[in-house]
Amino acid sequence: MREALRDAMTEEMRRDEDVFVMGEDVAVFQGAFKVTEGLLDEFGEKRVRDTPISENTIVGVGVGAAMAGLRPVVELMTVNFSLLALDQIINHAAAIPYMFNGNVRVPMVIRMPGGGGHQLGPTHSHSFEALYLQIPGLLVACPSTPADAKTLLKAAIRDENPVIFVEHESLYGIKGEVPEGEDVIQRFGEAAVRREGTDVTIVGILKMAHVAERAAEELESEHGISAEVIDPRTLRPLDLDTILESVKKTNRAVIVEEGWPHGGVGANLSTLITEQAFDYLDAPVQRVTGADVHMPYSRRMEQAAMPHEENVIEAVLAATDGAIGPKGGD
Amino acid sequence: MARIPDRQICLDLLGRMCLIRRFEEEAGRQYQRAKAGGFLHLAIGEEATIVGTTSVMRDDDFLIGTYRTHGHALARGTPADEVMAELFGKETGTSGGRGGSMHIFDAERRFMGGYGIVGGNLPLAAGLGLASQYKGEDSVTVCMFGDGASNTGNFGETMNLAALWELPVVFLVENNLYGMGTAIERHSAVTDLSRKAEGYGIEGERIDGMDVLEVRERVGAHLEEVREKGRPSLVEAFTYRYRGHSAADPEVYRDKSEVEEWQQKDPIETFIKACLDDGVLNDDDVESARREADETVEAAVKFADESPEPALESLYEELYVVSETMGWYAVDERSPEPHRGELGEDAPDVAKNLAESGAAHAAEEQERQSREGVRD
Repeated sequence: MREALRDAMTEEMRRDEDVFVMGEDVAVFQGAFKVTEGLLDEFGEKRVRDTPISENTIVGVGVGAAMAGLRPVVELMTVNFSLLALDQIINHAAAIPYMFNGNVRVPMVIRMPGGGGHQLGPTHSHSFEALYLQIPGLLVACPSTPADAKTLLKAAIRDENPVIFVEHESLYGIKGEVPEGEDVIQRFGEAAVRREGTDVTIVGILKMAHVAERAAEELESEHGISAEVIDPRTLRPLDLDTILESVKKTNRAVIVEEGWPHGGVGANLSTLITEQAFDYLDAPVQRVTGADVHMPYSRRMEQAAMPHEENVIEAVLAATDGAIGPKGGD
Repeated sequence: MARIPDRQICLDLLGRMCLIRRFEEEAGRQYQRAKAGGFLHLAIGEEATIVGTTSVMRDDDFLIGTYRTHGHALARGTPADEVMAELFGKETGTSGGRGGSMHIFDAERRFMGGYGIVGGNLPLAAGLGLASQYKGEDSVTVCMFGDGASNTGNFGETMNLAALWELPVVFLVENNLYGMGTAIERHSAVTDLSRKAEGYGIEGERIDGMDVLEVRERVGAHLEEVREKGRPSLVEAFTYRYRGHSAADPEVYRDKSEVEEWQQKDPIETFIKACLDDGVLNDDDVESARREADETVEAAVKFADESPEPALESLYEELYVVSETMGWYAVDERSPEPHRGELGEDAPDVAKNLAESGAAHAAEEQERQSREGVRD
């Protein structure tokens, strides 16, 4: 996936002189996660810029440059550090187009890797999709495949709105087909149905899209339950139609995310489903989330704090409650 | 006082300072009448710093400021009508009533906005400077901020980055001696703010912000130097606001005598005296500058008063640009249908319904306030 992201930036930088990349250690060091490897060599220091460790100012400089017509791609080393830039992200990047009545736009992308699983402890393992999902004016992308990573990032760079582009550190190494063609982009607001099914709808984002798919396979083989798996790909805008259509067919929904439960992606989505498809539901919407704690360092503890396939299966079984599969018959 | 420039320039400086003074006095009055809401930060007393600066800026230079920037927009040439209409929250305001007093904006005149978060405009200024540098243009950004902002992390971060990247920005502290109600010696360890960026390799200069000609001369010199050398600089302009931090400030933190002392150095009166003494202007010129400011502001109030309120169905407009990369946007997920306003076409009805329920509440609240005579 790392190469897919790099290709997206490379292609867009070749296509448009106004696109440039900046962030901590993105140039000489080639990126903390090597996503920007090789960019400095091809594009030089003007367009691939190492910055001081000044998150709020890095984002703010991006906002100002975008207001004056450039198209910055800002890398924040991790989502955790984006907390230091929240003023510029919320009060400036997101607010400016609206508060100035559309007289100026902020076409910029803020990339930020996050997520747990690497024993990085309480301050380097966050999932803040839900935080950014709440902010009007932002777009939020959370790709789970190399293809989506490339095509969504290209769309994000071309888009006129400020985009929060969340990457999961555990997915950087995954492999997958990536569409060729410089103009192949994935529009925001189009969910992917990763697997079709009839008994339950599982919605998963980022790494949890993969966990959801693996859980669905086991549900099929071990429990005779046919799960439909949906990856929203972007949370703002959210392709609620695809999710609702699926829920209206399966009558059950399970939402999987790595972030905290309170006010989370699942909390939001389960409310929307309940509000808009209540009559179709045969069971309460289930949420599978990260534990409501700060991520512990211990490997055992960390794994216990993150959702896994068995948690998803458990939630699906709770939602179906024996009504489907070998035990209950369908 | 520096050398008196030619008559045309003197008339221009006087006209703009009178306009700001008159506009701000009237804004305060309209606020008392509840025509303008929210916060209102007036720049009465700071006219010379504003006008002296803008008078030496080129049309393609960027200006960015704080929440006290009605005057900055006016000095840049934004019509008083539109600034007043923004204060009134009207559709014809500079930000269509979405921004208010703190968020005046005029892209056409490269006034890149008023900002409500102290210090928040500093990184943006560096970004504007970066854009000029990146495109190979020789435009310069002037970033105006208050003494209080020099204590924010943004100040240190931005000075460092701007110096490191050699960005063409003149950082101009409007030092009016108070961060809201806290005097500078109570809020800043170093009170000589012109030295506050020395550690980042940025030289600073203190100037008399009450003297429009000195501001003009010194800021002009900084602009040219920054334009030529492509390195940022810092100017600390000593100025003073006669009114409180906002219209809701009881001013318990300073003596009336201090205000009166500063009023002796009034930027408009001292400039008028210098021009009359020199003979470059006469009494008629002064009289007509004042009359013109009166008329412009009177017309602006009328314009703002008669302008329509923003259309309710526009509540969700301008939040996003809908394009090829984002073909639709759900106007509000609370609304059951539609989820996909096809290119936003279905959106207005839904938005309008939501907005109407909100507006009904606002009307009730307004009525309650006027009934009870509420105004802080």
